[in-house]
Amino acid sequence: MDGITYQCLGLLQLKTTILAVKFNGGVIIGSDSRASMGESYVSSKTINKLIQVHDRIFCCIAGSLADAQAVTKMAKFQLSFHSIQMESPPLVKAAASIMRELCYNNKEELQAGFITAGWDRKKGPQIYVVSLGGMLLSQPFTIGGSGSTYIYGYVDAKFKPDMSLEEAIQFSTNALALAMGRDNVSGGVVHLVVITEAEVKHVVVPGNKLPKFHDE
Amino acid sequence: MATMLQKFPSSVSTLNDYNALYPDWTQREVSTGTTIMAVEFDGGVVMGADSRTTTGAYIANRVTDKLTPIHERIFCCRSGSAADTQAIADAVTYQLGFHSIELDEAPLVQTAASLFRDMCYRYREELMAGIIVAGWDRRRGGQVYTVPVGGMMTRQPVSVGGSGSSYIYGFVDSNYKPAMSKEECLKFTAEALTLAMERDGSSGGVVRLAVISEQGVERQVILGNQLPKFSTV
Repeated sequence: MDGITYQCLGLLQLKTTILAVKFNGGVIIGSDSRASMGESYVSSKTINKLIQVHDRIFCCIAGSLADAQAVTKMAKFQLSFHSIQMESPPLVKAAASIMRELCYNNKEELQAGFITAGWDRKKGPQIYVVSLGGMLLSQPFTIGGSGSTYIYGYVDAKFKPDMSLEEAIQFSTNALALAMGRDNVSGGVVHLVVITEAEVKHVVVPGNKLPKFHDE
Repeated sequence: MATMLQKFPSSVSTLNDYNALYPDWTQREVSTGTTIMAVEFDGGVVMGADSRTTTGAYIANRVTDKLTPIHERIFCCRSGSAADTQAIADAVTYQLGFHSIELDEAPLVQTAASLFRDMCYRYREELMAGIIVAGWDRRRGGQVYTVPVGGMMTRQPVSVGGSGSSYIYGFVDSNYKPAMSKEECLKFTAEALTLAMERDGSSGGVVRLAVISEQGVERQVILGNQLPKFSTV
């Protein structure tokens, strides 16, 4: 079955590596680019798992691709409607709340979790995690997907609050490269989206430009 | 009059059965769900382990010593079923001691690792044991061999094992540099084990370290409040 989930020991495992990190003035949201069918076939080497739900709000998905697309489509619609009613850009928390409502109210049928990150005028850069059952949590940085288990130690050691843009890009690229190096269902290129007050910038780091570590 | 035995609805927890008459640890095997690590440096090896042994959700021993001497300058770190690894370590200690007497000299680390591998591979269906063998010998200096579940054996400059090891692959890959000094290796091992212990529920307690070199074995313990601190932790 295509998609980015597989079942492992009865627990749902998420075939990807995604992360989001707050830095001084914005957020970076990032992911790998591999879509796999089963354990050994790579169905796409370059898919983009970062979905734009509004001008300065992005989402990355972990879980069933179908469920995630359905939820983000609905969230995009509700968010644009809300933004027109309020006559101002939506809050990142509003976007995350919409997804949380959808995930919580349909928790029996859905199998998708999200990382929502963006910038708004009220609180600046923010990251929210909506987990599988519909919990909403705000964090300074977060990692997800099957490849994330291998980088918990690295991100715990290396994250500092209020990093500069360059440090944050280095941190995200290193973390994703390390996860892709150990997880066989994460790979390809690194997609990063940098969201600040001024602009949204999409950075792609191709395979040959990824940082190399001691055994490579 | 019937006694109300059920106190909690089943939705309270899917992981633990709070209505059971006996706690879960009376029915669970003792396991060293753990984090173990060993690093080679020029002149010896540094080995480290956490100190938690669990029986289900109960911590049977919070100050376990998972660094087991096999010979004077050869130790092993044990992970997996506590019973299996203790039995294997005892058997290998006997075999290696006998071999060393026959040879009339100190045994090689590779010999010890091979004995572990032979046993783990032969009985791979019955055993659940992941072992890291490390030590110093005159022929090749400091060496680390890993014998994971299944019975493969390979030499690595740095090796991690146990349930907590998944969380520190990224940290170890990015922080290891060849040709580190003994002090750098100690710091690296302590930091890696601390990070794993913070994230893995089956690892915790204190960090036990051992340095094996030509001079012998130095043991250290780093207590909970002395562990390195990280900004998010």
